[in-house]
Amino acid sequence: MSHARRRVEIPANSGHNQARFAAIPDMMLTFEDFPPGHFGTFGPRRVTRGEMLAFAAEFDPQPMHLDEAAAQRSMLKGLSGSGWHVCALMMRMMCDSFIGRTASLGSPGVNEVRWLAPLRPDDDLTLDVEVTEARISRSRPDTGIVTFKAAVSNAAGQALCEMISPIMVARRSGLTAEREG
Amino acid sequence: MRFFEDIEIGQRRELGSFTFTAESIKTFASQFDPQRFHLDEEAGRKSLFGGLAASGWHVGSVCMKLLVADGQRQAREAAARGEPVAVWGPSPGFRELRWIKPVLAGDTISFASEVHSLRLSDKRPQWGILEGRNTGTNQRGQLVFSLLATAFVPRRNPGAG
Repeated sequence: MSHARRRVEIPANSGHNQARFAAIPDMMLTFEDFPPGHFGTFGPRRVTRGEMLAFAAEFDPQPMHLDEAAAQRSMLKGLSGSGWHVCALMMRMMCDSFIGRTASLGSPGVNEVRWLAPLRPDDDLTLDVEVTEARISRSRPDTGIVTFKAAVSNAAGQALCEMISPIMVARRSGLTAEREG
Repeated sequence: MRFFEDIEIGQRRELGSFTFTAESIKTFASQFDPQRFHLDEEAGRKSLFGGLAASGWHVGSVCMKLLVADGQRQAREAAARGEPVAVWGPSPGFRELRWIKPVLAGDTISFASEVHSLRLSDKRPQWGILEGRNTGTNQRGQLVFSLLATAFVPRRNPGAG
């Protein structure tokens, strides 16, 4: 390795990681910045009733996500957010905290999502991110594949959703070659 | 919506199609996935996607939208026949989600759902658990999206064993 690994410090429970990264103009996270282990804790992010209802109305208009009375009768016993809204919010929290500053090339998919408890109106979400695996792509040696386990919890510390997903991230050598070419 | 007893492995439903306009791609991405290749045509062209690409979460959410619409259609049909309407429960999750090919601005994706597995819930005797393979295919017939989703489906006669 010709480059020393930069240490990336992520403040826990800060909603302003984006601003922290933006203060370092040349800082772009590459594959080398994602060794296996705990990566960071981000948030809190408030999810309002209005946001919850707007997402459900557009993408998941089931009565348990839109109607108080129907929601009370449902297995979840009260108004709950769409699980897809929870996933989309996790993506946004990851974008704001590090993917927005990462040489990301997209993701081939998601290994697993588990919806563990319902999202409720005005929940404050905290996202915990761990790197479970980091390897070089066999078909694209300039690219690394970083597998994340992300878990989102409410203010009471109850886990709402766990996601395991790989993301393709450029290696620093690949970025250099692109700039020079 | 159907009851657990009315469902067989391999049953397939066409859920309908959705056209991902540049505007809808950017609206979703600006809220939930503000990466450059989801927000800007030029950045999309320079990326691995080769064009303005929908967020994978947008594709998944649209699949959910069409699944719900199909369920509501089935419920209306059952009600019109005077049959009881099954109200499905929440989903505990999904696995094996694959974003196989990019969904680019202007693409029309047709979604379908096929029953993959069926079992009874151990903890909740009034419910069965269904796994469905939900897929999206573009206007060129290419599979672009696939996932294996789980849902709780009510039993018609929970006491019948």
